[in-house]
Amino acid sequence: MYPYIPITTDDEKQMLESIGLNSIEELFADIPKEVQLNRELNLPKSKSELEVFSYLSSLAKKNCSQSDMISFLGAGAYDHYIPSIIDHLVSRSEFYTSYTPYQAEISQGTLQYIFEFQTLICNLTGMDVANASLYDGGTAVVEAAIMAANIARKDEIIISKTVKPDARKILKTYAHAQSLKVVEVDMKDGVTDLEELENKINDNTAAVIIQSPNFFGIIEDLKKAAEITHKIKKASFVASVDPISLGILKKPGELDVDIVVGEAQGMGIPVSFGGPYLGFMAAKKSYMRKLPGRIVGETTDVDGKRSYVLTLTAREQHIRREKATSNICSNQGLNALRATIYMVTLGKEGIKEVAAQSAKKAHYAYEQIIKSGKFKPLFDKPFFKEFAVTSGLDAKTITTELENEMITGGYHLEIDYPQLKNAVLYAVTEKRTKEEIDKLTRVLEGI
Amino acid sequence: MKVLKDLYYTNDHEWVKIEGGEAYIGITDFAQHNLGDIVYVELPEIDDEFDKEEAFSAVESVKAASDVYLPLSGKVIAVNEALIDDPALLNSDPYENWIAKFEVNDRSQIDELMTSEEYEKLLAEEE
Amino acid sequence: MYDKLIFELSHEGQKAYRLPPLDVEDVNLEDIIPEEYLSEEELDFPELSEVDVVRHYTNLSSKNYGVDTGFYPLGSCTMKYNPKINEDIASLDGFTNIHPYQSENCIQGSLQLMYELGKSFCEIAGMDRMTLQPAAGAHGEVTGVMIIKAYHENRGDFKRNKIIVPDSAHGTNPATAVMAGYSIVEIKSTEEGLVDLEALKAVLGDDIAGLMLTNPNTLGISDRNIKEIADLVHEAGGLLYYDGANANAILGHARPGDMGFDVVHFNIHKTFSTPHGGGGPGSGPVGVKKDLVQYLPVPLVEKDGDRYYLDYNYPKSIGKVKDFYGHFGILVRAYTYILTMGSDGLKKASEIAVLNSNYLLSRLKEHYYLPIDTIYKHEFVLGGLKDTLSEVTSMDVAKRLLDYGFHPPTMYFPLIINQAIMIEPTETESKETLDMFADAMIRIAKEAEENPELLKTAPHNTIVRRPDETKAARNPIVKYER
Repeated sequence: MYPYIPITTDDEKQMLESIGLNSIEELFADIPKEVQLNRELNLPKSKSELEVFSYLSSLAKKNCSQSDMISFLGAGAYDHYIPSIIDHLVSRSEFYTSYTPYQAEISQGTLQYIFEFQTLICNLTGMDVANASLYDGGTAVVEAAIMAANIARKDEIIISKTVKPDARKILKTYAHAQSLKVVEVDMKDGVTDLEELENKINDNTAAVIIQSPNFFGIIEDLKKAAEITHKIKKASFVASVDPISLGILKKPGELDVDIVVGEAQGMGIPVSFGGPYLGFMAAKKSYMRKLPGRIVGETTDVDGKRSYVLTLTAREQHIRREKATSNICSNQGLNALRATIYMVTLGKEGIKEVAAQSAKKAHYAYEQIIKSGKFKPLFDKPFFKEFAVTSGLDAKTITTELENEMITGGYHLEIDYPQLKNAVLYAVTEKRTKEEIDKLTRVLEGI
Repeated sequence: MKVLKDLYYTNDHEWVKIEGGEAYIGITDFAQHNLGDIVYVELPEIDDEFDKEEAFSAVESVKAASDVYLPLSGKVIAVNEALIDDPALLNSDPYENWIAKFEVNDRSQIDELMTSEEYEKLLAEEE
Repeated sequence: MYDKLIFELSHEGQKAYRLPPLDVEDVNLEDIIPEEYLSEEELDFPELSEVDVVRHYTNLSSKNYGVDTGFYPLGSCTMKYNPKINEDIASLDGFTNIHPYQSENCIQGSLQLMYELGKSFCEIAGMDRMTLQPAAGAHGEVTGVMIIKAYHENRGDFKRNKIIVPDSAHGTNPATAVMAGYSIVEIKSTEEGLVDLEALKAVLGDDIAGLMLTNPNTLGISDRNIKEIADLVHEAGGLLYYDGANANAILGHARPGDMGFDVVHFNIHKTFSTPHGGGGPGSGPVGVKKDLVQYLPVPLVEKDGDRYYLDYNYPKSIGKVKDFYGHFGILVRAYTYILTMGSDGLKKASEIAVLNSNYLLSRLKEHYYLPIDTIYKHEFVLGGLKDTLSEVTSMDVAKRLLDYGFHPPTMYFPLIINQAIMIEPTETESKETLDMFADAMIRIAKEAEENPELLKTAPHNTIVRRPDETKAARNPIVKYER
């Protein structure tokens, strides 16, 4: 017997009798002989919980956990503090073992937290409408680009080179398939070259995409970029943002951004070797019926009680099929719950405090690292919680030396920007202490 | 299903009313009935130009969505803004409530439309 | 009934968190970030104590119905039990606290797991190589179709601009093909819900890039012509895409690769027992045959001696489809499941999933309209109540099931069956549960005859009853406003 299969041999007999068959094999007789697998799968035999646990924990131990290290690595995945209550609440199996809330009567829990999530994302970004989530920050950029192109009925997407490399790569993959044209705008001293943007924008432009804080941690002039974009009829200005930064930075809604996307991993979701994370999308009201993915709306039931349902579903694949705004179906439901609980736990003051502490500690680390002159700032621009420095030292050597001291060093920018040789991008969150930052500085000095 | 005599019709259940060089376009009684409670009508923008058979509008109910195709190439000169606030007007009176008004580019395309008799025949076949 | 929104609980001055005091020298934000970038507005977020937050979400959870609550026979969704060990393994510190950009020697455990899982999926699917990058089934689909596109383009064949999708397909299939830049050719199914070979032949040609198919199909029937279908598509120069939504029917019995499929995706949150999470996160790994490996998204996990590494050296790759490497946390759960079940357990799972489905059918077919009477695989489709003149719809039946404490089946899908009720019990249900569900369904069919009003006004026992979807869509309220 298997623990997750309750049917006994006796049950099998009775059930087969009810069906009118003699053996289980007969149930598979309709699969053509030539495609039946007439051998065991070449996989290990079933195992007990103890055996599985022991093997997989041995794999987990082969990794270097960030809880044993001091991490200064970011580049799109951040080591922010995760309050204890998140794991406890999302572990309630009424949440995690439920399906997409199609049966509203018995899914009010999921529907209501998505409604709360949409509200929080709108309030954080200053936008009118948000969806229930997208896969991650990178694919959210792509969904925004596709939405903008469909609305404008145009095919050119302009994206800044300071947008994180993965997002640009994913955009190119999809753009190739859909015959959209992607034009990159170069950077100048670590920020988008807005003069070049002004030169490149044209009547075919459907969207301009800028990230702020950008991949180098630097705050971009979204307001100016929005102004430039809006000179073109029907062009959408898309900003990809770090939601934590909005604890202190101006909301995209105040800067005339049309579509806001981003990666919300930093809000209560572990780094987990790259996923699952949480993409989000919020927009001005006029985009509401063109958004990809699910949206929850408030309504009343037959007795007049306030209740929630999936709404505006005519946009989606299960209704509109080939004319859907996106093919997305499953999204990041449970991680949207994590972010929701994170946002309400930190609340009005907390997000601000996390953002402010991260920024202040990052600036302290920056000052300490460049103090001796061994490391030079790569760019001289205002940043949030990440900054890049360069030196005569090879980035790999730095990482190895730091690792020996149980420190996870920064990201090697040369991987994506070959001209930025030896440049390393450090991230500092509210979790780092002065002592840890001083240790980083000390080890770096000693290399 | 109601079919009005003095209108032209299409296979996609749109009606067309010609007034000089202009055409009003809406959806038929049959179309609104099949869609059910209409919750939203997407309107084109004035001056948008569409080719023949291009979708210029979409009509959505809770469980379905249907594009509205232009049977005659043309330019949008007016849209029925009442539908923004009250999309159910298409349910209550689909022939009174047009979706958009077009300047017709090519009057010869009018000849390709169905007459009310032909449309009635089509409905009889679909039932 | 608890009916508060979190925003309505806010109480000025309350806090549910506490950070350590800032231990570096404090500075004014205006001194490190130019004022023009700083927000002047307060955040419009609630203020609460930890207890309030915990009670609120605990109360919300009790308004939900999960697999752990009860039977969840949602056709095409494979709502099987989510083993608890999966959750424990996935939350091991050595998995959750690994940054995707740590150096190679720090991530050997993660890479090994992904490598072994990829191999396991290949064996189960009959494929040569998997990418674990796609985030969900639909994301796997678009990845797979883009691989098909890359295959044709690399042969210099740019005229294939259409994908064939049967009318019984999931909505994601046509939506996916469009997202990959194709237009759709829809073909009708036979009365048995199988691919109509003549209809297929009629549309095959040098403009067809491929065919997307679910097998067993969305009615739960295995297509006996699958070999011929594959041959026809291949002869016409197209490729075959396998939508793995129904893979739970065939584990260890048949493999898409042996049926002639070139590209396959699995829905990890269906077949491999990872939780659906109220709508995700899922995972949709994609497997391909040898000739297509070169087009897979990068990076792939490779092994060199005892070391595992991320291989980006695929110049013909379609590129990246997602940030980082995929939904690692979900993949950990899937591998836990595969190791637990093993070759024998996976095969058994499919056998019992199919047995359970046919057993339920044997109990229900006298009481509901059954459009196609045959041996089904892991799911079957009823055509609503027998009395076709009845005003009671399948949706009324579904709503009445809520009163009996069951999650309803998938309703009105596939589109080719009128009043469809699609039932998938999965292998993790006991005979007692199946009988209780069958009894309830039979009683409801009787109620429909004797007291139709009871169904038309159902549900009667739920916390809310038939929320008004028309109202929600006509005047959308999509965020809370005071």
